[in-house]
Formats: sequence, C-alpha cells, structure tokens
Amino acid sequence: MDALYREEILEHYKFPRNRGALQHPDITYKDTNPLCGDEVQIDLSIKENRVTDVKFQAKGCAISQAATSMLTDMIEGKTLDEIKQLGKKEILEALGIELGPVRLKCALLCLKVLKSGVYGIKEWPT
Amino acid sequence: MTFPTEKIRSDFPILKRKIGSKALVYLDNAASSQKPKQVIEAMDAFYQSSYANIHRGIYTIAEEATELYENARKSVARFLNAASESEIVFTRGTTEGINLVRFAWGRKNIEEGDEILLTEMEHHSNLVPWQLLAQEKGATLKFIPFDAQGRLQLDRLDSLLTPKTKLAACAFASNTFGTINPVEKIIAAAHAKGIPVLLDAAQAVPHFKIDLQKLDCDFLAFSSHKMLGPTGIGVLYGKKRHLEKMDPFLGGGEMIKKVEWDHATWNDIPWKFEAGTQSIAEAVGLHAAIQYLNHVELDKIFEHDQSLVRYCMERLPEIDGLTMYGPPAHERTGLIAFSIRDIHPHDIAAVLDRNGICVRAGHHCTQPLHRKLGLEATVRASFYLYNTKEEVDLLVDGLKDTVKLFRK
Ligand SMILES: Cc1ncc(COP(=O)(O)O)c(C=O)c1O
Repeated sequence: MDALYREEILEHYKFPRNRGALQHPDITYKDTNPLCGDEVQIDLSIKENRVTDVKFQAKGCAISQAATSMLTDMIEGKTLDEIKQLGKKEILEALGIELGPVRLKCALLCLKVLKSGVYGIKEWPT
Repeated sequence: MTFPTEKIRSDFPILKRKIGSKALVYLDNAASSQKPKQVIEAMDAFYQSSYANIHRGIYTIAEEATELYENARKSVARFLNAASESEIVFTRGTTEGINLVRFAWGRKNIEEGDEILLTEMEHHSNLVPWQLLAQEKGATLKFIPFDAQGRLQLDRLDSLLTPKTKLAACAFASNTFGTINPVEKIIAAAHAKGIPVLLDAAQAVPHFKIDLQKLDCDFLAFSSHKMLGPTGIGVLYGKKRHLEKMDPFLGGGEMIKKVEWDHATWNDIPWKFEAGTQSIAEAVGLHAAIQYLNHVELDKIFEHDQSLVRYCMERLPEIDGLTMYGPPAHERTGLIAFSIRDIHPHDIAAVLDRNGICVRAGHHCTQPLHRKLGLEATVRASFYLYNTKEEVDLLVDGLKDTVKLFRK
C-alpha cells in the first residue's frame, strides 16, 4: 500500500537479519540519533581483515531498523577496506526509496556506527 | 447553535490543499495553526497601502503604520483584559518573552542560593532559560511533579514554595498532556508568600478566555502563530510595577529616551523592551487574528476543540496496543498524545502523512517529561476550530492501517 514502506523494508523490519550481540566482538560500536532517540549498536568479528560475523541491536523506527539489517547483510565476508568504501549511495540503493532530510538521518545512523567502529573512532567528532 | 465549521473552513485557503490525492488533514495545531484569509489579507493590505517604519516618521503612512501597530497592542490588552496596554510588550514569541523575563527581571532579582519553581511538564522554552539563569547565578530549580494522569501534584506545592523561592514559572496548559493546569491555585499560594508567577500561555491563549486582571499572574507569554496569526510576533504581558523596575532587554533604537556617548536613559514601558524595528505587519496580522477569534468566540472554540478530543479519546482505544497520555478530555485543551506498542512514532506519522494527515511525532520539546514516562517520543494530534469529527475518523482509519502494516 505504501511507497515509503516497500515490502522489502517491512520484511527486514519484521524479520531482521543478524539481530543480537556477539559474545566476543573484535569491534563494537554504538551511537544514537539525538533527534529521535534511535539507537544502533553493531558488533563485528574480524579474521584476517575480513568480517566473519556481525550482529546488531537497534531501537528506533522501521527505516533505521531495516537499514541496519540490510547493511549487516551487505558486509558479511567483506574486508575492512571494502567496508570503508561503503557510503550513503549503497544504503539508499538497498532501501530503494526516496527520503527527506529527517528520515535520511534514520537511514544513515547504521552506516555512521559501522564506519566509526571500523575506523576505530572512540567518539564521533562533533 | 451548532459550530459553523463549514464557514470557518472556507476561510482557510490551505485547507483546499491536497497531499498526493488526499485532502489535507491538519492535526498539528499545538505546533502552529493555519491562517485565515482575513489575516493574510490584512497583512497584504498593510504592505500595499500603509507600510512604513513606525514611531519615527512625520509623514502620513508612517503615522498610519504607527497607529495600526499600537492598535494591535490595544486589541491584545482588550482580548486578555489587561489593566493597561502599557503592560503588553511585543516579542518574537513565547520563547523570547520568557527569555526577556530571564534577562530583564531574573538577572536583577535572582541571586546565589535562590530557587525557581517550575513544573515537570514545561516546554523546553520554559525550562532551558531558567537552567541558564540558575547556572549563571548559582540558583536551584525545583519542580512540581505530575502524576500518572498528567496532573500537577499540588499537595507538594506549599513545601516547594520556600523562603528561597524567587519565581514560579508554569505552563498554563501542557503542550504534551493537554492538561489545563490549576494556575489560580499556584498563583494564590505563591502570592501568599510574595513570590511572582510567570505563565507560559502558548497553549492557553489560543484556546480559552483569559482575564488577566482576575488571574493576577505577574508575567504571561504567548505566540501569535498558534492563534491564527503570523510567525515572528508574540506577547509578553507583565504587571506595570514589574516592567517599570526592570532593566531593558535588548539595547538599540526606540527603547531609549536620551542617548549620550557613554550612557542612555530608557523609554517608557512597553517601548523600553522593544528595541529595533519591530514586526509591524505581523502586529497587524495578530490584530486580525484576534478579531477572527473574537468573531467566532473563544468559548465556542474551546467547546468545539474539547468535543473533538473527547471523541478522539473515545475512538483511539479501538487501536491495538495504543496508550493515551494525560487527563480525561474535560481537563484538557484539544490535544492528545499517544503511543502504539512496538511501532515507532516516526513510522506512525509517516504512514499518516501518506493519507494527508499531519500529526507530530517526537518529544514535542518536553524531553524530561517523556523520559519520566519511559518514552523517547509520542505521537500528538491537536485540534483547532477548523477540524472536524470526520477528520478524527480519518486519523483513526490511518492508525488502523499503520498497525496492519507494521504488526509482526
Ligand atoms: C507550552 C509551550 N511553550 C512554549 C512554546 C514555544 O513557543 P514559540 O516557539 O512560539 O516561542 C510552545 C510551542 O511550541 C509551547 O507549546
């Protein structure tokens, strides 16, 4: 019924891939979107510079949860260098919808969290 | 007599707007109201025929503009039954009015160790200014708590008003619960101890009658844009004896009497607080908005808003997992905040938007209140004179669609 909530987005929202936490993650990072209180944490296991396992926890709207689920799907088996190449374009292509500036922040929170973790940033510079 | 909704709706050009193929259903009136053509046309006519800067000019249209601006002030004074129009200060809005009191009154009267009494349901604009003042002065903020129904717990009032309390500042009506607070009791208790009271009336003045002389508060702030008027103008009412003793707020043109190289003397109230060129056309628009509200009659608008919120609160429980916040309908203005289990308010608002329905999703500038409820955000629907029962039905239908879409 709704162009904003495509079937695939609802699918990821209702049945998220890789939901949960890793026992002994090599990288873990968490951040929030103060505007709406969305919260995303991503845990990664890394072997020889490659993601061998990924889990996420997310609190927030369907867009942010679905985007996070899609992103974790995307990065399994990828090298850290490949992850560093990921950008806004890839997330929006996966979601397949147009987003206004407010919802864009929801969609991109997962990317910010993932990249902060991979780059080893302790805190996002403000 | 029935409420003339059809006639009223025809006065608001934006209500003809479509969102996609859907008619616009505007239910975000607590954030800002739409404007009738009477307001838009009054401002337009002013720009086309009498516009000039006010107070200074010795020519016809400057005198006309000055008269229109000062007439707007008189109409505000009459609308609220203020003792004198010199107690009506034009500001940019509620936020600026409260900050004016913070700087011009607070800096002079609040000292280290003093207390400012607020409530737990303040909009950030009646909280953050006092946080800043308290930090600057080493003062403390105290809060009247609210209960599970979103009512202030006034049994705590007397003990919260201490010998150190220098100001009580309180929302007349809550923008999140809709609660109409028993401000008369707060004013009486505070005045019994010689403590002045400021009311944030942003959600009150647009919705019900206020008689300032009867109410007897010391300050009262509100915004034009929530009462059918334009943005960029609002009002701070202050009792004459306070305003006269207060320092100026901003320094500049028009707020002075005489300026030397190293000092100046201040203009009389209210102009002492109106530095620089004011929002002149907006004052004309606010005047037209007051005329419109008077014409429809605030008492009838209040009744209409309440009947809509009552109907809405009867229907909302049809939705699976929905929780409403705040008191029963007869204790509130025409707004209702709610949440739906496991569905984020942003998603609710986004689906409603596809149906042309505008509601607010977020913390409505009351973050600490939401935190106390254990929530990040809620959805808020707020009604005004042009809304209808049919629009409430559309809201309920939209919410049912939302639940269908997202239920796992
Ligand atoms: C209770 C309350 N106080 C203050 C404000 C702030 O008003 P303004 O943004 O017009 O200054 C609002 C409006 O959002 C409000 O609802």
